[in-house]
Amino acid sequence: MSGIIELRNISKHFGSVIGIDHVDLSVEDGEFLTLLGPSGCGKSTLLRMIGGFEEPTTGSIFLSGQDVTDLPPQKRDVNMMFQDYALFPHMTVGQNIAYGLKMKGVGKADALQKAKAALELVGLPDKIDQMPHQMSGGQRQRIALARAIVREPKVLLLDEPLSALDANLREQMQVELKHIHDKLGITFIMVTHDQREALVMSDRVIVMERGRIAQDGSPQDLYEHPKTTYVANFIGTTNFMPARITARNGIETHLEIAGQSLLARYDRVPDTENIQIGIRPEKAHILDAESTTKSNVLVGRVAEHIYHGSSLRTTIKLTDGIEFHIDAMLPLGMARADVSGIGAEVRIGIEPENVFLFEREG
Amino acid sequence: MSNAALNHSTVPRKLRRSRAARARLAADSGFVVIISIVMAFLYVPIAILVIFSFNDNRSLTWPPSGFTLNWYEKLFNNDQLLVAIGNSFYVAGCSTALTLLVGVPAAMALHRYRFPGKTVFRRLLLLPIALPGIVTGISMLNMFKMFGFNLSLETVIVGHATALLAVVVTQVFARLQRLPKSLAEASSDLGANPFQTFIHVTLPNIRTALLGAGLLSFVLSFDEIPVTFFLTGRDNTLPMYIYSTMRRGVTPEINAVGTLIVFTSLILITISVVFTARDWTGRK
Repeated sequence: MSGIIELRNISKHFGSVIGIDHVDLSVEDGEFLTLLGPSGCGKSTLLRMIGGFEEPTTGSIFLSGQDVTDLPPQKRDVNMMFQDYALFPHMTVGQNIAYGLKMKGVGKADALQKAKAALELVGLPDKIDQMPHQMSGGQRQRIALARAIVREPKVLLLDEPLSALDANLREQMQVELKHIHDKLGITFIMVTHDQREALVMSDRVIVMERGRIAQDGSPQDLYEHPKTTYVANFIGTTNFMPARITARNGIETHLEIAGQSLLARYDRVPDTENIQIGIRPEKAHILDAESTTKSNVLVGRVAEHIYHGSSLRTTIKLTDGIEFHIDAMLPLGMARADVSGIGAEVRIGIEPENVFLFEREG
Repeated sequence: MSNAALNHSTVPRKLRRSRAARARLAADSGFVVIISIVMAFLYVPIAILVIFSFNDNRSLTWPPSGFTLNWYEKLFNNDQLLVAIGNSFYVAGCSTALTLLVGVPAAMALHRYRFPGKTVFRRLLLLPIALPGIVTGISMLNMFKMFGFNLSLETVIVGHATALLAVVVTQVFARLQRLPKSLAEASSDLGANPFQTFIHVTLPNIRTALLGAGLLSFVLSFDEIPVTFFLTGRDNTLPMYIYSTMRRGVTPEINAVGTLIVFTSLILITISVVFTARDWTGRK
C-alpha cells in the first residue's frame, strides 16, 4: 500500500440503486486527482465517502495507511471545500477560517496568525473582519479554500469548486487553484463534470460511468487514447463512424468506412469485425486541391461552415450520409472566401495514429 | 401606472398623464380607507381599554370624565391580582422553557434522522395544536388523576408545554429545513464534534426561530384558559383571575392590567424585531 488514500472494493447502495460499484483507487501523495463524470455517475458520493459524510456499503478507505472507514469527518485528516462553500453566515471571515484551528485547540494568537497567512495565500489579506454575505461569489470561494487549507490537511477535497463562478473567473481560478496546489504540495482530489476543467488542472483524471471507473489516466492519455466511446465522447469532441476491419497487421488495422478505406495505428484493437471509430475534429484536415496523396483520405462534400472565432468548423458529408466535422484554426488574415464552397468535393487527410478504435456498443 | 392609458398614442400626452394620475389617486385613497378600517378593527378596542384604564369614573361611558392613576394604584395593592400575575409569569416562563427543551431536540431529530414512523411521529407532534384546549385539558386531567398527581401550577405547566410543543417544533423544524446541510457538514469537517457543531453553528443560525417560538409560546401560555381551568389546583393565573372577577363586570382595574399587558407585549415584540433585524444575513 503506497497511496495516501486507498479505496478498496468500495460500493454504495442507495436502497436498490447502486451508486458506487466495486471501485478500487489509489491516490498518490501530492497529486492533483480529478473525478470526472456526468451527474449521477457517483463521483460526488466517492468524494463524500473520503470526507466521511457517506458510509460505503462495502469496502474500506485508508488514509496514509490507517483504516478510516468508520471514522466520522472530524476525526479524519482531510478537509473539504463545499460546492456551496458552506461558510458560516454568523461568523466573520477570520472566525470562519480560524474555526477549524479553534476545534483543534490552537491558541487564539496563533490561530489569527495562521488565518491571516491563509487569507494572504488566497489573495484576500484585508477581508478578515468582513461577513461572508458582504463578499462576492469569487471571494467566498477563496475564503472557503482558505478555511479548508488552514488546518494543513493531508488531503484537500474539492466538490465542484468552480461551478458557481462565471466563465472568466472560472478560468482564472483554475490556474490559481493549480498554483496553490503546487505551493502547498498536499494531495487535491476534485470532483467536476467539466472536462476542460479536469484537463487543465489535473495530474490524473478518473472518468466515472454509472458508479464505475471508465478510465484512469493523465489528461493527455485520456484525450489521445480514450478506451471507450463514452470517454471519447465525454472528453473533447469526436466524430464517431461505424467501420469494418478488413485486415489486421499488428497494431496496423485496415478499415472500410462507407465504401472507403482507411488505415489506423491504434494501441487498442477490438476483436470484432464491426467496430466504431472515432476521429477528433482538429486531428483531420482538408487537403489542398493540388495535393495528390492517395493514402488515408476520405472523400466527401462540404455541407456547412460554422465560424467559432478562433477556429472554423466544417461539416463534410461522406458518401453514405455520415457527417464528419473538421476544426481548423483560422490563420491570420484568412478570408472566408478561401474556404471551399458548400457542395464542393473535398478530400480529408487523416493520420493513422489519430484514428481511435472502439468496440461497437449495443 | 395604467399601461392601457399609456398605450393609446392618440390621446394627447397631458390628458393621458392626468387621467393616469387621477386613477392612481382614486386607487390610493381606496387603499388607505381599507387599511384604516382594518387597523381600526384591530386597534380601536385596545385603545379604548387603555383610555378607560386612566378614566376617573367607574362606569364605561364615553367620553371619559377625567384622568386618574387610581386604578393602577389599586392594582398594585390587590394581593390576589399580583399573585395571579406572578403565577402567570411562572407558568408561561416554565412552560416555554420546557417546550423549548423538548421541542428543539424533537425538531432536530425530525430534520436529521430518517427513522421508521417518522411521518406519524411528526403528525402526532403537530396534533395537540389542532385539538381544542378543552380536550387537552380533560384528557390530561384524567391522566393526572389516574397517576395520583395533585393539581398545581406544575400540572398546568406540563399541560401548556404539551399544547405548545407543536408551535416550537413547527417553527424550529422550518428554520432547520432552510439551513443548508453543508454548514453542519463543514463544521464536522473542520473538527467539531456533533455537540460543538450544535453550539457553534446550528444554534446561532436558528436563534431567531427559537426567540420567535419562545415569545409566541410565552404569550399563548400567558393568556391560556381552558387547559389551565382543568389542570390548576387552588392557584389562579391572571386570565383565570380576570375571568372570575368578570361576574362583577369589567372593572377599571382590569383595564389597567390589560394596559400593562399590552405594553409588556409591545416591549417583547420590539426586542424580537430588533434581534431579528440584527441577524447577520440582513435577510429574514
